[in-house]
Amino acid sequence: MPITHEFEFLRPSSLGDALSLLADRSGIKPLAGGTDLIVRLKNGQDTPSAVMDLKQLPELGGLAVKDGVLTIGAGVTFAELIESPLIRKHYPLLAEAAQTVASGGVRNRATLAGNIVSAVPSCDSATCLLVCDASVMAVSARGERAIPITEWFSGPRSTALQPDELVKCVRITLPEKKTGGCYVKLARYNGEDLAQAGVSVLVDSAKNYRVALSAVCPAPKRLRKTEIFLKGKRPTDKTLSEAVKLVALEVCAITDIRATVEYRAHMTGIMFKRCAAAAFARLEGKGPRYGEKLV
Amino acid sequence: MKTEITFRLNGIERSLFVEPNDVLIDVLRTRLGIKSPKIGCDQGDCGTCTVFFNGKTVRSCLVLAIEADGGEIVTLEGLSENGPTPLQRAFADRNAFQCGFCAPGIILSATELLQKNPEPDRHEIQEAIAGNLCRCTGYTPVIDVIAEVAAKKTAGKNRKSR
Ligand SMILES: Cc1cc2nc3c(=O)[nH]c(=O)nc-3n(C[C@@H](O)[C@@H](O)[C@H](O)COP(=O)(O)OP(=O)(O)OC[C@H]3O[C@@H](n4cnc5c(N)ncnc54)[C@H](O)[C@@H]3O)c2cc1C
Ligand code: FES
Ligand code: FES
Repeated sequence: MPITHEFEFLRPSSLGDALSLLADRSGIKPLAGGTDLIVRLKNGQDTPSAVMDLKQLPELGGLAVKDGVLTIGAGVTFAELIESPLIRKHYPLLAEAAQTVASGGVRNRATLAGNIVSAVPSCDSATCLLVCDASVMAVSARGERAIPITEWFSGPRSTALQPDELVKCVRITLPEKKTGGCYVKLARYNGEDLAQAGVSVLVDSAKNYRVALSAVCPAPKRLRKTEIFLKGKRPTDKTLSEAVKLVALEVCAITDIRATVEYRAHMTGIMFKRCAAAAFARLEGKGPRYGEKLV
Repeated sequence: MKTEITFRLNGIERSLFVEPNDVLIDVLRTRLGIKSPKIGCDQGDCGTCTVFFNGKTVRSCLVLAIEADGGEIVTLEGLSENGPTPLQRAFADRNAFQCGFCAPGIILSATELLQKNPEPDRHEIQEAIAGNLCRCTGYTPVIDVIAEVAAKKTAGKNRKSR
């Protein structure tokens, strides 16, 4: 299917040029891996006056750890995340979530930044960024600002990013304590399906928990009450059964083409329990290896 | 506005004029005579349009032709320039495909897998071709062939190193 909508193609050679273009005219859509944008152009859901390729901008590339902060450039693809020794060492949870996105051929192009800018409720990178307390560095001709990930997702396909801003990178401060994490994704089959529900849990050696959910609510979210309840506790069957009640209160499950409210609510409980147990077991050096399917 | 782009296609430099909204798969098939990548879903789901772009498999239905400027594209045609690869020969010998519509995509995905990971286990093979839909085979013979070729490669290597 050809793209019928006509647009100009821009390929600025520096971040500065890209930002001036965005400041000077409206209707420009940035292009990273194109795995969302090109589908939307084909379907007539996006009709920009110009598409601006970002892939040649050196400022947006690269994965690095410096002064205890992990920086993931906006140009970094899910394939690069999965293959990166840095991610495996510092945040295997991120690789675990990245591995569930689409298929190899899509992951070779799809970026983490594009994933959170698209901000569909089923976005697989959302929950692990939430539990890692990531921040999104947004840059425009006006300057740079850090947006905490907890303030990023404002609704389905809606974020805190302004139209003249680009995502430069995502930053994660490495935890001081040892952590164990887990991402559990519910989908009908492996290899292409969007999440019906997604749960991440991160726990540190002082038993501080962070819990986040996606695809279940209109926007991915942290479950603060559940986290407070879990603090200092081991995830025994009894504790988790209590916690599940809080999870149910904190989420506002939706019905859509992928699943009903009832199914989502039921499965979220089961997934949360397995996810929390696995995260804790991993913290103790046990548990399923990262990447193993738990539902 | 038409723009001239130049890229290497299966080892040969090609130049042509494209519109910004031309999609790579359409340009490959209708303007450059490259017919191995197929248009299945046209939305990134099925993997039949898979090509190598700068050394990595991508869905050419989700790439603008203009993005290929200065890059390198390899399709199945380029892979078998010097005769079929061991993987292709094994697929043919075992008659592992039926209609063959998915074959170019699966062969490229499997080629990428074996380049990155010469000793994949069955799970890794399944994972690597999970984005290539096949309506005919039920996947088992396809996975068997990839596993067989990987095992042969490894056996060959071990023999050499001894
Ligand atoms: C077949 C298929 C299966 C998929 N399965 C999954 C899945 O299982 N889980 C999942 O989470 N996602 C899935 N996706 C969607 C996933 O591929 C995208 O969300 C991807 O991560 C977007 O990144 P991209 O680089 O391709 O972005 P693009 O498509 O290039 O851009 C996406 C949006 O972000 C904007 N943008 C990109 N980069 C920047 C930047 N630096 N600054 C500002 N704006 C920017 C673009 O303008 C556009 O609006 C799937 C997609 C396909 C085609
Ligand atoms: S035609 Fe490109 S993935 Fe289906
Ligand atoms: S052999 Fe027919 S689609 Fe795979």
